[in-house]
Amino acid sequence: MAERLIELRDISKSYGQVYALGGVNLSVDRGEVVGLLGDNGAGKSTLIKILSGVVKPTSGEILVRGKPVTGWSAARSREAGIETVFQDRALAVQQTIVRNIFMGRELTGFLGFLRVNKEIEEASRLMREIGFTSKVFTPQSIVGQLSGGERQGVAIARAIYKQAELIVLDEPTTALSLTETAKVFHFVRQVRASGRSILFIGHNIHHVFDIADRFVVLDRGKVALTTDRSEVKSAEDLINFMEEVAHPGGLAGLHDAGDAEQRAR
Amino acid sequence: MSKTMEPDLHEPSAGIPRPSAQKEWKHPSDHWMRGFILDNRAALGTLAVFIVMMAVFMIANPTVFTTWYLYRSVLTTLPVALFVVVPLVFVVTCGEIDLSFPATMGFASWVFALVVQAGYDPFLGIAAALVTGMLLGFLVGSLVVYGGLSSLIATLGMNFLLRGLIQIINEGKSMALTSLSDSWAYTIFSSQLLGIPVQIFWAIGFVVLSAMLYNRHRFGAQVRVVGDNPDSAQQMGIDVKRVRVKVFVFVGIGAAIAGTFSVMINFTWWPTAGDGYLLPVLASVFVGGTPTWGGIGTVVGGAIGAVTVSFIQTGVVAAGLSGFYVQFFNGLIIILSLLGHKWNQARYR
Repeated sequence: MAERLIELRDISKSYGQVYALGGVNLSVDRGEVVGLLGDNGAGKSTLIKILSGVVKPTSGEILVRGKPVTGWSAARSREAGIETVFQDRALAVQQTIVRNIFMGRELTGFLGFLRVNKEIEEASRLMREIGFTSKVFTPQSIVGQLSGGERQGVAIARAIYKQAELIVLDEPTTALSLTETAKVFHFVRQVRASGRSILFIGHNIHHVFDIADRFVVLDRGKVALTTDRSEVKSAEDLINFMEEVAHPGGLAGLHDAGDAEQRAR
Repeated sequence: MSKTMEPDLHEPSAGIPRPSAQKEWKHPSDHWMRGFILDNRAALGTLAVFIVMMAVFMIANPTVFTTWYLYRSVLTTLPVALFVVVPLVFVVTCGEIDLSFPATMGFASWVFALVVQAGYDPFLGIAAALVTGMLLGFLVGSLVVYGGLSSLIATLGMNFLLRGLIQIINEGKSMALTSLSDSWAYTIFSSQLLGIPVQIFWAIGFVVLSAMLYNRHRFGAQVRVVGDNPDSAQQMGIDVKRVRVKVFVFVGIGAAIAGTFSVMINFTWWPTAGDGYLLPVLASVFVGGTPTWGGIGTVVGGAIGAVTVSFIQTGVVAAGLSGFYVQFFNGLIIILSLLGHKWNQARYR
C-alpha cells in the first residue's frame, strides 16, 4: 500500500447548534486521486476548509504522513504540502498573475525584498507546465483581465508550485462554460500526470468518475460510502447510490427523472 | 511541453532546451516605454495635473514663480506632509484609513520636545518620538484590527482622544526649544544645503525607500493582496491581521518623523502640532491616484499629490489672487484629479 499522505480522523464541526460534520474520516494516499462527492450542504466545503486549515474543527485529529499535527492553520497546511484550489479561486484580481502565484510565499532575498525576476521565471515555468500559455497574457498581466477558465488556471498553477504533494480542487468547474471546463480538466490531467495526489470535489459525477481512483460520498455531515473505482461499474451506479442515500426508499418518480437527466448530459 | 516535474527551483532551461518557449512570454506592449506608462499611469496622471497647474500659475505671475524663495518655503514644509502621505498610501491600499495621524504627530513630537527640554540630546528625543509613534500606531491598529472596529470611526475617535490628552496635560501651553538651533540634529535634519532645505532630501529618501517597500518588498506585496482580497490572503496563509496592524504602525512611525521635523522647523512645539495636516494629507493620497477601494495604489503618485496640494495654497496667493480662493482651488484640483484617475484606471473585480 502506498504511503498515507494525510488522514482526517473523526472530524466534527458545528456552528452553534448546527452540525456541519459529525465524525468524518478521510484519507488520501500518495499518488491517489480521490473524488469527494455529495449533495449541496453535505459538508464537502467545510471538510476542505478544515483540511486546508482555514476552518478549525470542533473535534477530531489530523495526521500528516502518519503523525498527528497540532496548531493546524492555513500556513501549516501549505507547509505540509497541501495546496487548495478554493471554489472561489482565492485570487486577488487587481494583482498580477505572479503576485497571485506567490501569494503568501513571496520569493525574497536581501532584507525581505522580492526576487522579482526569479518570480516571473518561476511563474512562466508553472504556467507552461499546466499548458496555460498565451501570446496575449504574460505573468505580469492583471488577473482581472483573464476569463474564468484562465483564472482557474492561475489558481491551479499556484497550487502545483514547489513540493505540493496533495492538490485539493474544490468544484473547479463551477460557473464555467463547456470550453473553459475542458481547459480546466486539461490542467487537472497535467497535474495528475505529474504523480501528485488529488482530492477532487465535484457536483458532476461524470467529471469525477473519469479521473478518480476512489470515491468518498458525504451525506449530511457523514461519510455515506467509500469505494474504489474498480468496485463501481459505472457513473450511473454511483448516482443511483447517492440518490438512494439522499431519498431512502421512496421518491421513485424523482429517481427516474433524475437518472434520465443525468444520462442525458 | 515537458511533463516531468521539477519540484525545486531549477531553471526551466535546465531540463530540455525549449528555445521557443521563452519567446512566448513577451510583454504585449513591445516598447519598454509603453509598458512603463501602463504600469505607472496613476502616478504619471498626477504628474500631468501638477505640471498643468504650475504652468497656469507661472503664466498668471511669471515674476513670483521664478524666484527661489517661493520654492524654498514649499520645500521646507512639504517634507512634513510627505512623511505621513506615504504611509497612508499603504493604509488605504490595505483597505483601511487612519485619521489619527495628526494626534500621533502631536503626541510623538511632544515626547521629542519633553526630552529636548529636559536637556537630553535631540537624537535621543528623535528615538523617543519614534518609539512613541510606533506604540501609538500599534495601539490604534490593534484597536481597529483586534477590536474589529471600523477604521474610519475608530481612528477618528483616537485622534480626538489623543489630542484631548495632550490638551488636558499641557493646558494649551506651547514649548520653546531654542537649544535646538545649535545642535547636531538640527544641522543634519533641518538646516540648508546649498540653499536647499535639507528636509527635502530626507523626505525624498523616505519616499524612494517606501516605494521600494511597496513595489518590491514582501510587506508591500502582502499589503496589496490583503487590501485586494483579505479572505484569499488568509486562505493562502497570510496573517491578515498582522499585516493590517503593521500598516498602522508604519503610519505611527511616519507621523513621529513628521511631527519631529515640524518642531525642528519652528523651534517650538504647540499642543495643536499636526492638526492642520489632516485634510491636506488625505487629499494628497487620493489626488496622487490611490483609489479608495484598496488593493492598488502608488507611493510616488501620493508624493506628487502632496507636492501638488502644497503648491495650491502658495500658488494661489502668489499668483495674485486673494487667500479666499485657496479652498476653491483645493477643491477644484481634488475633483479634477479624481475624475482623471477614474478615467485613467479600470477597476477589476
